[in-house]
Amino acid sequence: MSFISVFDVLGPNMIGPSSSHTAGAAIIGYLAQKMINGPIVKVAFTLYGSFAKTYRGHGTDRALLGGVMGFRTDDVRIRDSFQIAKDNGIEFSFIPNETETEVHPNTVDVKMVNEQGHQMTIRGESLGGGKVRIVRINGVDVDFSGEYSAIIVVQQDKPGVVAHITQTLSNIGINIAFMRLFREKKGQIAYTIVETDDVLPENLSQYLRINKNIHDTMIVQL
Amino acid sequence: MTDFKNATELLMLCIDENLKISEVMMRREIEAGETTREISSSRMHRAWEIMRQSALGPIETPVRSIGGLIGGEARKLTRYQKEHQGICGGVVSKGITYAMAVLETNASMGLIVAAPTAGSAGIVPGVMLAMQEEYGFSDEQIVEALFNAGAIGYIAMRNATVAGAVGGCQAEVGVASAMAASAAVELLGGTPQQCMDAASTVLTNMLGLVCDPVHGLVEYPCQNRNAAGVANALIAAEMTMAGITQLIPLDEMMDTMYVVGKRMPPELRETALGGCAVAPSACACCCNL
Repeated sequence: MSFISVFDVLGPNMIGPSSSHTAGAAIIGYLAQKMINGPIVKVAFTLYGSFAKTYRGHGTDRALLGGVMGFRTDDVRIRDSFQIAKDNGIEFSFIPNETETEVHPNTVDVKMVNEQGHQMTIRGESLGGGKVRIVRINGVDVDFSGEYSAIIVVQQDKPGVVAHITQTLSNIGINIAFMRLFREKKGQIAYTIVETDDVLPENLSQYLRINKNIHDTMIVQL
Repeated sequence: MTDFKNATELLMLCIDENLKISEVMMRREIEAGETTREISSSRMHRAWEIMRQSALGPIETPVRSIGGLIGGEARKLTRYQKEHQGICGGVVSKGITYAMAVLETNASMGLIVAAPTAGSAGIVPGVMLAMQEEYGFSDEQIVEALFNAGAIGYIAMRNATVAGAVGGCQAEVGVASAMAASAAVELLGGTPQQCMDAASTVLTNMLGLVCDPVHGLVEYPCQNRNAAGVANALIAAEMTMAGITQLIPLDEMMDTMYVVGKRMPPELRETALGGCAVAPSACACCCNL
């Protein structure tokens, strides 16, 4: 069992009204924007389950959008996130999907487009109490919580890539807490997600990309 | 390393080292949470500041909730208490006002501290603010008491649940009230055993409370129940300080609450498919949803 801090009991500090529907939504949005090079110009949220039914009354929509603009759970700007997004020229939409039921009750797909026209879709689940999971990246099933510093490596599924990742982390003295590999198909695009105890330096991506089978890297830390 | 799994172990630590519950919880945070006393204390001061703002804001400036079901209740109470001297008197009248105020802040997308959840966020600040005003406790003393409240909430999270979807409102408002009762007893000079007795009293008195939010929103009857939670916490604290002891210890009440919660039908666990949520007037109400 992971450590329950006194601030897990008296916390999170958050914009109301719901830890699962508002705070969790903000965290999913926040994690999502960390996975695409900004600035984001367009974002579409597809809402499932309870999110689809009660997103307006819980401010799930404003929290998701606020998170995508980099606001944390306790940022009072969340309340005005629609206006702030409009002022910054960010196009946004919310699509409730009540037909798909084979998902966690509080699930959202975040489809983002950046200035260069690159597209990225992630799926997040809000588990309650402000805890979340990212369960899909561009159609590939993954699993990470965002509670640790994480680096997501997009790579070709070929020998030696994972060795290169672990060697690079070892070289800069980073301890790996969890490491998992996810792939679409043999030999195709794969994702390595490494969660670490230490804060990850920004130049880590540079070192990793020395290997030509590594296409992209994303550092995600709260 | 200072750590405990349940109330029994916590009590042993308090007795063995002659410490308050708050101090054991602080040591646990420092040692198991790999942090320092200064960082923990400053984080808790920040939480206390947010609690205070979230309770005072709506009294000055009431705001309608997003769902439109609540807004303005804390100001009404404050006015009534000024003009008529509240019926409940002193700490209770103030406590229920602050608790309802925090739920207004929460429901209008204001900044709150989940304690232990957003839907039950009014009780701990309500009791603490009212006690501070009536008894003159310093911010330092209140922050210390919040570590005591945190210990009770941690025991519930570890061994039972604080999620309405799992255990009903008794797990949210019930646990929040148990936390507040224990913290109040420590502030009043009660022993660790008495803190736990007060917490246990609350859980017995709120056992079986269902979670039935109208339209699925954290508004109604959640706000009313935060006020009721404050009263329950203070009743338990007063009984305990008067020397009344409890037959059922806290750990057993946590188990009992958990078992009762799991046996509640899903309709009564935050799904908005039962209880108040399906009363004809609740279904008919003109919300902007």
